[in-house]
Amino acid sequence: MAHEPARPSRGERLGNDAETGALTLGFIPLVDCAPLVVAAEKGFARREGLDLTLMREVSWANIRDRVALGHFDAAHMLGPMPIASSLGLGRPAVAMVAPFSLGLGGNAVTLSLDLFAAMAETAAGDTDQFRRFEPMAVGRALAIVLRDRQAAGHEPPTLAIVHPFSSHNYELRYWLASAGLDPDNEVRLAVLPPSMMVDGMIERQIDGFCAGEPWNSLAVAAGAGVIAVTKSALWRQGPEKVLGLRAEFADRFPEQTAALVRALYEAARWAADPANIGELALLLSDPAYLSTPAAIIESDLRGTLTRVPGTAAEPVADFLVFHEYAANFPWLSHALWFYAQMVRWGHVDHTAAHAETARRVYRPDLYRAALAPIGADLPRASAKVEGALQRPTPVASRLGRMTLGPDGFFDGRLFDPDQLDQYIASFRS
Amino acid sequence: MIEGDYRILVIDDDATRAAMIESGLREAGHTSVTVITEMRQLLRRIVEVDPEVIMIDLGNPNRDVLDEMFQVSRTVRRPVAMFVDQSDRASIEAAIDAGVSAYVVNGLKRDRVKSVLDTAISRFNALNRLRDELDRTKQALQDRKVIDKAKGILMKNRSLSEEDAYALLRTTAMKESRRVAEVAQGLITAMKLLE
Repeated sequence: MAHEPARPSRGERLGNDAETGALTLGFIPLVDCAPLVVAAEKGFARREGLDLTLMREVSWANIRDRVALGHFDAAHMLGPMPIASSLGLGRPAVAMVAPFSLGLGGNAVTLSLDLFAAMAETAAGDTDQFRRFEPMAVGRALAIVLRDRQAAGHEPPTLAIVHPFSSHNYELRYWLASAGLDPDNEVRLAVLPPSMMVDGMIERQIDGFCAGEPWNSLAVAAGAGVIAVTKSALWRQGPEKVLGLRAEFADRFPEQTAALVRALYEAARWAADPANIGELALLLSDPAYLSTPAAIIESDLRGTLTRVPGTAAEPVADFLVFHEYAANFPWLSHALWFYAQMVRWGHVDHTAAHAETARRVYRPDLYRAALAPIGADLPRASAKVEGALQRPTPVASRLGRMTLGPDGFFDGRLFDPDQLDQYIASFRS
Repeated sequence: MIEGDYRILVIDDDATRAAMIESGLREAGHTSVTVITEMRQLLRRIVEVDPEVIMIDLGNPNRDVLDEMFQVSRTVRRPVAMFVDQSDRASIEAAIDAGVSAYVVNGLKRDRVKSVLDTAISRFNALNRLRDELDRTKQALQDRKVIDKAKGILMKNRSLSEEDAYALLRTTAMKESRRVAEVAQGLITAMKLLE
C-alpha cells in the first residue's frame, strides 16, 4: 500500500536501506504510475529481492527535490525532468539518470466546451478530419478562432500544463506552433495542479489543459470539456514518464538499480496484458493510489476514450502503451528530442556541453545490463530516427523478435538525433 | 523597519499554520508579511505582492506553479532561486523535514533570509508537534474506552476481577505482539459476532 508522504524527521531518514533492497519510490497519482504500483503489489519487486515503499506526492517539484535530497531512491518522473535537473535549469544541478521508460503516450489536450464549439463551427473546410480529431485540423480550427478573438480584442486564452519541464508543455507547444500559433504570445500557458484543472475549466479560469489521465476523462465526465487531441495522435509512441534517480545512487547501488529495472519490466508487461486490465483498474482506483473510479481507469487502459460529454467511448490507437513496441526502452533520441524542445522554447542554451549532458541522462546501457540476464529482447540501436515508421516495423534486436510501432509526428516532421543542430536550427527560421 | 525587511509571502491553505507563521515573522520584526490561504488566482496574487521570499507548504500542489514562475516564466523576470543558498544543504533538509519550501530572490542577504526560513521552520515544527500530541491524546482516549469495554466483557463472562481482566488482555497482547487496545478491539468485535 502507498503511504502519504510522511514528514520524515532527521532520525528516521528515508532511503538509507538501499543496501538491503528496501527502496522508497515517489509517485504522482496518474494512470501511468501503474508499473510502480504493479511492481510493489503483484510480487515483481519481491521476486527481485526488493522491498518497495511507494510514497504518493502532490507536486512534481516535491518528487524532484525528494529524489535530489535522497528522501526517495527513485521516482515516477516526467521525461524531461531528469534532463532539466541534470542541466540545473533554474536550480542547483543534480545529475539524474533514467534507465527505464514507464510507457508511451497517455496524455491529451482538453478544451472547454465553448471554445471547442466555436472551433467546430469554423472547421468547415476540414470537417471530416476535425470530426476524427486529427491534430492538424483541430489546430487549424483553434488558430482561426483565436485570431478572430484577437481581432475582436479578446484576451488570449489560458491553457494549463502540469509543470514547466514536462512532455505536456513541449507537446502542447509543438502542436500550437505547427498550427501557426505562438505559444508564448497568442495563448497564455500557465501551470496548474491537475487536481484544479476540472474546477478551473468550470469556473472559466482556464480554457483548456494538457495533462495525463485520468484528468482529461474526469473533465469530460464533469461535462467541463472535450478531449480535443491525444498525445498518441500528436506523436504516436511518444515518450512520457520515466523512472528517475540520482546518478550517484545508480553508481553506488548498481545491483539494486538493475533489480528495480527488472521488476518494473515485468510489472509493465503484466500491466500491458489485456487479461489484467480489470484487476489493474481496481488496484489503481484504491484511495492509496489514484482514488479515481475504476471505470475511468479501465477505459484508459483499454484505450477507449469518451471525448465529448454524453457521447459513447471510442477507441484511440496506441493511446497508452505500457510495454509493447519496446515502450520501456530509454531511447537517447527521446531525451534529445526533449532537449531540442527545451532549446526551441528558450529553456536552455544550445551548447555542445548541454547536449552532451542531456545525452547522458537516459541510460540504455543500464537497461540492457539489467535485462539481458533474463532473456529480454533488446534493440541493437540506442537511438532512432523519430517519426520515420509508418507502420509496425521489425528492427534489429538481440533475439530478432522486436517490432517498433508506427511513430509518426502529426505534422510529418522527422527527428534524426544525429542531425540535432540542423533540427534545432530548423525552428529558428 | 529593520534592515533586510523583505516582502515575505506565506502560501498555505492551512489557515491556522499560516497565522502562526505570520505572527512568528512579525514578532521577529518583519513588517511586510502577506498570507495567502486561498489558492484561486494564485499567480495574479503573487505578481501583485511581488515577494522577495515565498514560503509554501510542501503538501501544497501549487509548488509546481511556483516552479513555472521562477524557472521559465516571462511574467517574473528576476532571477529567483529556491532556498537561501544553493549549497546550504542543511537548511534545505531542515525545511523539507518540517514540510516547508522556500523560494528566494537571488542576491538577498543570506543571514537575513535564513532567519526568515528558521522562523517558518520552527513554527511548522511546533504546529506539527502540537498536532501529533493531539492525535496521540485522542488515540489514548479512544484506546482507554475500548480497553474498559473489553475488561467489562471479561469481568462479566469469565467472572474476573478488573485487575485480572486487564492482566489477561495484556499477556495476550504480549504473546501476539499486538497493542492491548488491538486485542481489546478484537474481543469486542468477536463478542458482537456472537451476540
